[in-house]
Amino acid sequence: MRRVVSTAVLFAATFGVAFAGLRAGAGSLPAAAQQKPDATEVKIDNFSFGPAELKVPVGTTVTWTNHDDIPHTAVSTDKTFKSKVLDTDEKFSFTFSKPGTYEYFCSIHPKMTGRVVVQ
Amino acid sequence: MAAKSKDELLHDHNHDGVDRRGFLKCMAWAGTGAFCIMQGGVLKSYSMSQMAQMATKVGAGDLSFVQISDSHMGFNKAANPDVIGTLKTAVDKVNSLSTPAEFMLHTGDISHLSKPEEFDTVDQILRGATPKDIFYVPGEHDMLNDDGKQYLERYGKNTKGAGWYSFDKKGVHFIGLVNVLNLKAGGLGTLGHEQLEWMEDDVKHLKSSTPIVVFAHIPLWSVYPEWGWGTEDSAQALAYLKKFGSVTVLNGHIHQTMQKVEGNVTFHTAASTAFPQPEPGKAPSPGPMKVPAEQLKSVLGITDVNYVHGQHALAVVDSSLA
Repeated sequence: MRRVVSTAVLFAATFGVAFAGLRAGAGSLPAAAQQKPDATEVKIDNFSFGPAELKVPVGTTVTWTNHDDIPHTAVSTDKTFKSKVLDTDEKFSFTFSKPGTYEYFCSIHPKMTGRVVVQ
Repeated sequence: MAAKSKDELLHDHNHDGVDRRGFLKCMAWAGTGAFCIMQGGVLKSYSMSQMAQMATKVGAGDLSFVQISDSHMGFNKAANPDVIGTLKTAVDKVNSLSTPAEFMLHTGDISHLSKPEEFDTVDQILRGATPKDIFYVPGEHDMLNDDGKQYLERYGKNTKGAGWYSFDKKGVHFIGLVNVLNLKAGGLGTLGHEQLEWMEDDVKHLKSSTPIVVFAHIPLWSVYPEWGWGTEDSAQALAYLKKFGSVTVLNGHIHQTMQKVEGNVTFHTAASTAFPQPEPGKAPSPGPMKVPAEQLKSVLGITDVNYVHGQHALAVVDSSLA
């Protein structure tokens, strides 16, 4: 089984671009800041969040998609974010603007837990 | 394991234990269309082929009622694209019981997504049932999005708190509990302090000879905590029931029949009328289980409960929709 490592490479590349943009930034907004921030996926499959722990840079939009035949939610334990009930194939997105560790769970099936680490 | 074919097992209340081998056999059968009956302190298991014989044995008692569960109205995936049809079949089954049921219990997950039209459809179908009184407790699917506000408006008349209540029928005390709200990350079903206090007070003045029936959605015993099939604080609730000689606990949620006896307490889960779920740990997740279409009705069902005054325990009989 081979793991795909391109996500990490992609992050590094985006960081580099953002950094370059900031350094260029006197006067008008740098072009990089106007680009859409990173989007990252969490899949809900077989009553679990995948990946269970996700590390993302500040400003990342994380999207949860429910692939199960049963509805689920993604709710952070500190109430920072709370999805509506996601039926099959429905999505929920949240943009993390502050660094921190966000623990979350499915409020319908609380055995399902996950974590987003924003750096 | 070559088990001896002895089709009943004895539960000796004097020694507070169960014949383990026989009990495991009963448990094993429960998932494959057999059922177990508690009568006069004796737990017996019967295969489906002996059903006709049982119908006459159980016979007319002093009180007969039916439990249905997990109708999941609105569900339309491969495991059952016609939950309306199977609920109607369940109603037909209830109406054709040899001993008419006086009332029904619905142990939750009435709807799949808490949508008003889902509740409306179930109400309409259940109006076709001979027993006119239906007592509900909510499943987690009935309290999505609004912490149970809609559920309470529809079914919560004469209930306390989040929808718990008790009532008496022919000397049997029924307690309906809510264990699907305020679930904590990583946890199981929860009753909560307020409900437990109410329950302690509710049973305090009852005679120990009063038969007790407790019904709630998520099992009040630890069926399989890895899948959330249990209730965090159920031990406290059961502690309040220690003095009673006959306690029957009826649950749903796990979409399969299962039974366990602990001292004077019989725990039982009912089948769903919508779709089956896998046996604990036998699949990657507890999600809906697809079986060949022609087998679906054999893994859905209703539960018929009979109480005969003076007998120690209630007879609990599962029958499939096939």
